Amino acid sequence: MREDSQLSAYLSLMAVFVPFSLVAIGGGPSIFAPIQREAVDVQHWMSAREFVELFAIARVAPGPGSMLATVIGWKVAGWAGAFIATAALFLPSSILCLGVSKVWNRYRGADWHTALETGLAPIGTGLMFAGVIAIFRLADAGPLSWGLAALVAGALTWRPKTHPFALLLIGALAFNIDLYLAH
Amino acid sequence: MTDAAVPKGPPPSLLELARVFFWTGVFSFGGGLTGWIHRQVVHQYRWMENDDFLSGIALAQVLPGANVTNLCVYVGYRIRGGWGATTTLFALLAGPTVICVLVAILYHYVADYPVLQACVDGVAAAAVGLNMRIGIVGAQRVVRKLAPTIAMIATFVAVGIFQWPLVPVVLIIGPLSVAAVWPRKARDHA
Repeated sequence: MREDSQLSAYLSLMAVFVPFSLVAIGGGPSIFAPIQREAVDVQHWMSAREFVELFAIARVAPGPGSMLATVIGWKVAGWAGAFIATAALFLPSSILCLGVSKVWNRYRGADWHTALETGLAPIGTGLMFAGVIAIFRLADAGPLSWGLAALVAGALTWRPKTHPFALLLIGALAFNIDLYLAH
Repeated sequence: MTDAAVPKGPPPSLLELARVFFWTGVFSFGGGLTGWIHRQVVHQYRWMENDDFLSGIALAQVLPGANVTNLCVYVGYRIRGGWGATTTLFALLAGPTVICVLVAILYHYVADYPVLQACVDGVAAAAVGLNMRIGIVGAQRVVRKLAPTIAMIATFVAVGIFQWPLVPVVLIIGPLSVAAVWPRKARDHA
């Protein structure tokens, strides 16, 4: 009996996350709302409050924000559920991306390919700046966050060899000083 | 500005690739992943050229799926082919998958410590600075050319400021930006 219910939990995790993998256009955040609907209202895996908690956990832990799927999988079916949900969310889109990269790469060196690359690079750059704003908007960041990010970017521009660990450490330190002063 | 002049180094072994991406995954807090990968593969190890990486970012964001895993697949494929892509993807996700669950298990014990929360917020903010740095590198290469500069600013304003949906924006600006740098000779033949 118990094995049956485990198996059906694995299958429903796959049934939910595989389609999300292929419609997550523009990255993970675009599917957070539909995932919430599915997990809370449709599958009844958890309450809305528990969902928000898992969302916070995924943000605190390292890795892409879409690791939300991993913790949902864990909540539903333990460690195996975590691995299954992770694979279900990341593998389909990755296989598609590999296919596109292959085609993209086959024509490397052609004039039009160089033009595509030169034309797309500034868009990638614009998207990076847009992403900075999007992350801070999501996190409701204050001037300390902005200042810190600017400081890190400046330090890396001035001294490209600066180790990122040192900069991340400064970040943690700055926020703790801020916390201390606020008390 | 010097990035284009930096010669590409020799390609790494799969093990070396796995090692770099594993640690990148483990220490990637708060969305600084792209910046970190860029620093490693373009600046430190020189496995890839800057324009190649930046066009990979555009590709990764347009395709469905998490941007960073798409980028990872692209970068892995460019460096070591299909096995390279497989290696980078699994190496990047292995650490965070396990850590995420451990954090979920421990969450109730540590949620009440503001010091820990401050650490997480601080690291996340600093990590965003890594992403800003890629923007700066890209911008330095672009600003001397008019059309790419316009494409860059237009993309930023549309997606970042106005929060317009990404795919239609890229589908409109992309072709225009590419057309502007299309080689003259090819255009004459067409």
